[in-house]
Amino acid sequence: MTAEPSAARLPGANALERPVGRRQWRLPGRGDLPRLVRKPARWTLLAVVLVLLAMLGHLLATSSSLQWGVVGHWFVNGGILAGLVRTLYLTALAMTIGIVGGTVLALMRLSKSAVLSLAATAYIWFFRGTPLLVQILFWYNIAAFVPRISIGVPFGPTLISGSTNALVTTLVAATLGLGLNEAAYMSEIVRAGIMSVDARQTEAATALGMTKRLAFRRIVFPQAMRFIIPPTGNQTISMLKGTSLVSVISLPELLYSVQLVYARTFQTIPLLVVACLWYLVVTTVLSVGQHFVERHFGRGESRKRSASFMERMRARQFDQILS
Amino acid sequence: MTGRPADDEPILRIDNLHKRFGQTEVLRGVSFDVHAGEVLCVIGPSGSGKSTLLRCINFLEEPTAGTIYVDGEMMGHRVEGGRLVGLRATELAMQRVHIGMVFQSFNLFGHLTALQNVIEAPIMVKKEPRAEVEKLATALLDRVGLAHKAHCYPAQLSGGQQQRVAIARALAMRPKLMLFDEPTSALDPEIVGEVLQVIQALAIDGTTMIVVTHEMGFAREVSHRVIFMDEGVIVESGPPNDVLVNPSHVRTRQFLARITAPVTRAGAEGTT
Repeated sequence: MTAEPSAARLPGANALERPVGRRQWRLPGRGDLPRLVRKPARWTLLAVVLVLLAMLGHLLATSSSLQWGVVGHWFVNGGILAGLVRTLYLTALAMTIGIVGGTVLALMRLSKSAVLSLAATAYIWFFRGTPLLVQILFWYNIAAFVPRISIGVPFGPTLISGSTNALVTTLVAATLGLGLNEAAYMSEIVRAGIMSVDARQTEAATALGMTKRLAFRRIVFPQAMRFIIPPTGNQTISMLKGTSLVSVISLPELLYSVQLVYARTFQTIPLLVVACLWYLVVTTVLSVGQHFVERHFGRGESRKRSASFMERMRARQFDQILS
Repeated sequence: MTGRPADDEPILRIDNLHKRFGQTEVLRGVSFDVHAGEVLCVIGPSGSGKSTLLRCINFLEEPTAGTIYVDGEMMGHRVEGGRLVGLRATELAMQRVHIGMVFQSFNLFGHLTALQNVIEAPIMVKKEPRAEVEKLATALLDRVGLAHKAHCYPAQLSGGQQQRVAIARALAMRPKLMLFDEPTSALDPEIVGEVLQVIQALAIDGTTMIVVTHEMGFAREVSHRVIFMDEGVIVESGPPNDVLVNPSHVRTRQFLARITAPVTRAGAEGTT
């Protein structure tokens, strides 16, 4: 026991001292083995994933059925591109019907009128409760159910009348099938968006002399958009892929155009890859677009003007630390 | 702060106002007048009907019974062939234009900047030309000390700043009467003062206002008259020095005793 009166040398105090900021990269030594053993699940999973990736890479590179040359050839083929364009405008048409119809249905559901509210509820119940594929087939065969469509006074004289078959073409059937189904889902999104705006916003607008209608248009709806836009973006992406369902009624959109080719050439796998690649390209573009639209409608939400999503998250964390 | 004419037509006349929510009667016969340029403070325990009273004046809540006249015009109703007829929603909205309201929770429009919040109603409701409204709005924001924050969104402003924008927004409609519903209750103590100063400046400039408040110092400094409410009726009413310093009713004394600290505070600035 020599005279070393330093209290800091006591073993208890020493244990609290950790070498901070001194770690350097070095080759693993004998002492590192326990670290690997301590997280066996993670290391096992990582090994499995790496093996699977290697197998997939090997398959993609060497598969005889997946001919990259064929994929490249059909990727820019005129017929396939025409199918892609049809997919795009079918998506646009169906989403337009979905958004407009969904907004009307949402307003009906929120209405004080029990009849309107019930009608909207019944619509949503039906269109969400039956498969989309069945609905598309139903619209395609509507002529068997309603042979003639006429415009005139209900139960009264007719002004214009036409055969349903001539009026509801394949494109009309596909648009109605996709759009009316989408309206049911969009109405729930719009309704949730409107209800998420604080009722005190309407109150403040009312106190300033705004009518209910003006307050909704100028104050509530723009703020509801912030909640409506992100799920609508997801719906659009879903819709883009959902249009492939109308291949069952022989509408030559992207999938059906591809099917037409491989029915002839038997190059099934390369052509399905062509379709997948195009869907991926468009969904990627839509995702980027969604990001910018969200940023526009998210204005006023954050402390920084037009901050990006990541910046907003970081700012939020920073605020929490400060408070 | 005297010299207001007492015998002219009041800006606001409330006659035997009742309001019932289901089984509970929140207002049980309230009557009083407010004259041009007068500052009236309403105090009382929570649940005494102060906020409901303000909300009935601009028909955010429809009164169960009683009449309200703003500048001689009956609110919410019209006499037609000797009978009272309820106004249509658009007519009622036009009546609300004359009454500015400031809420406890500010309620600024979150998607609009401070300036856009102020110009929204004059342009959309009163259909005034944008250039003129913007000039007025800029002047009003300057008056509440926030000209430099004109292009900030509410989320970028502190509570006190938001409430000052809300005051500018109400003033932009050039109302005949301003209603303040506990304007500082949602604020941190150290920024209560900046909002009270703005309200006090408006009072000195002759704005007619009713302020529901728990700031007894402010009530004593700024108001011409104080009303003490409890359980839906006016218990006591008079000059602040009577009601707040020498109350004649037991209930007023009990209420003031419970919140005694704010009364003895020196001024409206909340310098503690």
